Amino acid sequence: MSDHSSEANSHGSVKSYLTGFIWSVILTGIPFWMVMTEAFDKGPTYIAIVLLAIVQIFVHLKYFLHLNFSEQGKLDTYSFIFAAVIIVMVVALSVWIIYASNAMMM
Amino acid sequence: MSTTHMNTHDAHDEHHDHDPAPHNVFGFWLYLMTDCLLFASVFATYAVLFMNTAGGVSGKDIFELDFVLVETAALLLSSITYGFAMICAHKKDKKGTLSWLSVTFLLGAVFIGMEVYEFHHLIVNGNGPQTSAFLSAFFALVGTHGLHVTAGLIWMAILMIELIVSGFGSRTVTRLSCLSLFWHFLDVVWICVFTVVYLMGAI
Repeated sequence: MSDHSSEANSHGSVKSYLTGFIWSVILTGIPFWMVMTEAFDKGPTYIAIVLLAIVQIFVHLKYFLHLNFSEQGKLDTYSFIFAAVIIVMVVALSVWIIYASNAMMM
Repeated sequence: MSTTHMNTHDAHDEHHDHDPAPHNVFGFWLYLMTDCLLFASVFATYAVLFMNTAGGVSGKDIFELDFVLVETAALLLSSITYGFAMICAHKKDKKGTLSWLSVTFLLGAVFIGMEVYEFHHLIVNGNGPQTSAFLSAFFALVGTHGLHVTAGLIWMAILMIELIVSGFGSRTVTRLSCLSLFWHFLDVVWICVFTVVYLMGAI
């Protein structure tokens, strides 16, 4: 079974799904709590919820989508990284261009 | 592969099971990556337009976070129940797979039901997508995600019918694996939606 170990990884186990689930409950609960109770100022809240969302995305990629760097799984991971670069460019550059041109027209 | 009581036809299918399946799932993963770009464009549109409320309501006026928290909980739970369905599917446990898929389907239906209620509520109060650029972008973004979840539910129903009628065929697990990726992927998109749209909008 040793050459099937990467495949076994990609299936996940009850334990790994539960680990992922508990992490995502925590990482969803904190930002909702921060915003609903207004426990902190706006600036730190913005930064915290964005960081927590990024961490939660990684948790989901690892425990639910089973991305890894094994022989069989790395192609999925590399294609995701490629897509992620494009996404950051599309979103960040669009926002930058539009807000910059908006500022110039003020 | 350890089942010994399969007939020759099954054994034949079983033999080929390992060869095409990873490629099919990888192909589906590549489709999901292109779907990411669709969502990225809609997110960029929302980020550009969300302040243009045309004197109408802004996110702070219309978002009810308790409601969104329940929607989020339904979707998160459906992710883990789908995971359990996959674990049963790899053991060829038909009853377990069907039960977990049914729970997942119900949770997904709760999510879609709540979203339709939210949209209906907004539209009857005069906050439809034609009201302002902010609401157009909001309906486009959340609606695109909702349509994906609806497609996932239809797909899930079809796979459940297939499982009930013909049991585990040679490609059933591959099909379930593709839907698994789709379902968990939509959960990742929802993390971005509740963070960017609902939480940031309500701060």
